[in-house]
Amino acid sequence: MTIPAITNPSFNETFYASLQTPPTGDRVRTCLQCGMCSGVCPFGYLMDFPPSRMIAALRSEIFDRVMNTDTVWMCVACHACTEVCPSGIPLTEKLMTRAKEELLLAGKIPAELQLALENSQRYGNVLGQSPRKRADWTKGIQATVPIMGKDKKSTDVLWFVGDYPSYHPRVQATSRALARIFNALGVDFGILGPDESGDGDSQRLAGERGLFELLAAKNAQAFRKYKFNEIVTTDPHAYNAFKNVYPTLGITYPVRHYTQFLAQQLDQLKPLLKQSLNTKITFHDPCYLGRANNIYAEPRALLKAIPGVELAEMSHSGKTSLCCGGGGGGMWLEGFHWEKAHTRTSEWRVREAVAAGANTLAVACPYEPPRFEDAVKTVREASGLEVRDIIELLAESMEQ
Amino acid sequence: MSQDIYVIIEHLRGQVADISYVMLAAARALANANGGKVIAVLLGHAVQPLASDLAADRVLYMEHPAFADFSSDAHQRALERLIKEHAPRAVLFGDTTMGGDVAPWLSAHLTLSLVSSCRALRVEDNALKFVSQICGGKLMAEGDLPGPTALVLMVPGGFKPEQGRSTQPPELTHIDAPALEDLRVTVKEYIEPAVGDVDIAREPVLVSIGRGIQNHDNVELAEELAKALGGVVCGSRPVIDQNWLPTTRLVGKSGKAVKPKLYLALGISGAPEHVEAIGDCEMIVAINTDTTAPIFDIAKYGAQIDMLDLLPVLTEQVAQAKG
Amino acid sequence: MNIVVPIKLVPDLVEELVIDANGARLDPTVLRLKLNEFDDHAIEQAILLKEKGAGQVTVVAPDVDGADDALYTAAAKGADRLIKLTGNWQSGVNNHALARAFANLVKTLRPEVILTGVQAHNDLDGAVGPQLAEHLGMPYVGYVSGVAVCDGKVEVRKEFPGGLIAEMEVVLPAVLGIQAAEKPPRYVPISKVRQTMKTAAIEKFPAAELEAGGAPTAIRLFQPPAGARAIMIEGDADAVATRLVEIFKERGVL
Repeated sequence: MTIPAITNPSFNETFYASLQTPPTGDRVRTCLQCGMCSGVCPFGYLMDFPPSRMIAALRSEIFDRVMNTDTVWMCVACHACTEVCPSGIPLTEKLMTRAKEELLLAGKIPAELQLALENSQRYGNVLGQSPRKRADWTKGIQATVPIMGKDKKSTDVLWFVGDYPSYHPRVQATSRALARIFNALGVDFGILGPDESGDGDSQRLAGERGLFELLAAKNAQAFRKYKFNEIVTTDPHAYNAFKNVYPTLGITYPVRHYTQFLAQQLDQLKPLLKQSLNTKITFHDPCYLGRANNIYAEPRALLKAIPGVELAEMSHSGKTSLCCGGGGGGMWLEGFHWEKAHTRTSEWRVREAVAAGANTLAVACPYEPPRFEDAVKTVREASGLEVRDIIELLAESMEQ
Repeated sequence: MSQDIYVIIEHLRGQVADISYVMLAAARALANANGGKVIAVLLGHAVQPLASDLAADRVLYMEHPAFADFSSDAHQRALERLIKEHAPRAVLFGDTTMGGDVAPWLSAHLTLSLVSSCRALRVEDNALKFVSQICGGKLMAEGDLPGPTALVLMVPGGFKPEQGRSTQPPELTHIDAPALEDLRVTVKEYIEPAVGDVDIAREPVLVSIGRGIQNHDNVELAEELAKALGGVVCGSRPVIDQNWLPTTRLVGKSGKAVKPKLYLALGISGAPEHVEAIGDCEMIVAINTDTTAPIFDIAKYGAQIDMLDLLPVLTEQVAQAKG
Repeated sequence: MNIVVPIKLVPDLVEELVIDANGARLDPTVLRLKLNEFDDHAIEQAILLKEKGAGQVTVVAPDVDGADDALYTAAAKGADRLIKLTGNWQSGVNNHALARAFANLVKTLRPEVILTGVQAHNDLDGAVGPQLAEHLGMPYVGYVSGVAVCDGKVEVRKEFPGGLIAEMEVVLPAVLGIQAAEKPPRYVPISKVRQTMKTAAIEKFPAAELEAGGAPTAIRLFQPPAGARAIMIEGDADAVATRLVEIFKERGVL
């Protein structure tokens, strides 16, 4: 059922209507005002209008007030609210993202985030580095990393590396490790290199839909040049974009996250895992693998395959996993979040890892190594906790 | 038409700017080589005493009440006539908020060539040459100084101010000012920098932050380190523009020049406008994730790491070292 | 009130600057241009003035790579009219030629206020603003960080060293060299820029024969000498901090 056309609809009316797009959009009207969403939200207590209150505002036709607050930017798009909503309202993707879109249009955006968005647009990566240097991480490493166009035109696996794995010094280690693993498994793969643009999913969830579409168009142009059977991503955010959003733009390719890809090859991988790591590991479910895409088993299967590894679960795990705070623009709102909260979800998380008795916090998303390592530096009882991507742990176990 | 080198003396509120002395030294080197004289041009109101330590062969002093404050309009009118009449080989201006308003206008008006961002002038095979630094310090440009009269906007570097100071007052000649009524640019009043804040030019230790600080909250990290070291925080242009530090803490061309014992440059790239203000620091330590940042060319020590990673660790170690 | 903002595009320093074979200019195949940061502030200041009182903002750019993008973005922020100066910009052009070209066009626009960036990082022959002012017979004030218009005059804040600011009065029409807008340049979502691209038109104005006289010629470009570079301290934050504390002690700072 559509809302009947009204002459001069108010901002409230237009916004409410824009939420109710198919297929699940109209569920927003069935909100029970139970408050589960606002309660489970890691920063719900700080928001002037956490999700349930935002819907209440819509119903009371005072949504304009939301536009005069800035606490919508505390949302890190972690899907915790969406997960618990009894009415199945797509709160993260629809409500919170749309609210951010409106704030952006009104020019109300924290300065840090503005720079990240401008960098993404101009340089194809959020770190503002030269696009020409996107594949520089492959120089001087032992593993072979074929670059599409330069080294080959068709391949089995197109490995979508991503912004942080390409440019961030800490995360480049993950890329090098995955290259080693692909080589060891004899995977026929290639990367786009300088032709690759960021997936833009976090920017989309930060309200910049236009930027997301711009980046998607660039990636589509690059994809079209080559033949490949599937895309494998380092990043769950990229996985989410390619699996769930690109098809709505007419860009459809089979895609898997590296955990799914490697888990399928466990029979070939396991014999290569020779070194015993002798460590107790706890796995942090990334929001965009876990809650957003229901991938929980594969990362654990990989970790269990490593000799000398004891796996423990944190008090929040699986569906209740606690976000690292990087999504939805959070990665580029560090200062803003700290100013409001004076606490970091990444710090809560490393405390949980320590409480679970772990020596190593295993992750599977490129935002996480730098975020959790920063948290380890500021949480005294976590000193000594190692943060490693599953890729790095596998590669370490493969070493002679 | 002569081989003389003219230097337009910059002064503000009773003090001659350092760049003026630097230009006098540069002019002396040129004049010695090409047989001309160094002529200082002083436009002002009741500022004759400022001429006393200028290392010039002669000072041309133009007195007029309109010169009590800097008005681009007044300076353009005064210098246009002077340069046309005297036609020196070169006229040096400071590449500053004053010189920058005037020299390009004169270049267009008198159809004389202009070189800006000039760091050095020299004579090679009887030809006058310039060297400029542009593009954030990443590029150098050199070439012949055009004739017959070249206008030059100079930045510090190449000579120390001391080399342009003289113990003997130079010969002074009064010259007439042109009509300066109906100026289109006038000063109404001055807004002083915030009183009660520190004078960074007097501090022995400066913790200087640039864009790398990323946001307002991180400034606190720098404050903590400054406190531990017994110094204060200052910053480059981008930090002041964002209002993360007051203008009194600006180090750079339009801020203050500093010469502390220790200048810790964190997340600062080293663009010329900043570098020209820290040339006299006793020791510069630069922290920047970009190894190609020009700051590393003038720093004594450097490290390629993220300043935000270093700050808390360094503060703690300094605190421990002090006991 | 008619406000004109002449802008220029400059080498993007994120990319490597490669000097071409004959050493006289930057290799154009590797060069990427972006809007001069100070011109971005000038655009922002112009829009702020427009928002405070009625006015029309016209942005003018030379027809080089990136000009369209800069112009449409300005329109998305609120600029009313967009003009591109067409001409032989390929060989790279100095500010003297640019100022003359701007002057020819701006004369026809009859603005009250012209706002332009006070400088650009690739300026080698003085900034565009003061030269443009001379060609138009207008007064010029640079290093401006505050602009207020009233009654045929404009009040500006001009920056002097040491944080000193002079409040100045300038007779209109005038050219102002903007150091910083009163607020940092605003963000415009790409969807808005895209929408603007559908509705806004970029007019073209032919720049006559470009006269580059007034700037040094036969220039040799080169990379600054490596010189005595900093002694680099290796290692992570802990290692660097430890070494620094040693150095501070050696120097008598600690």
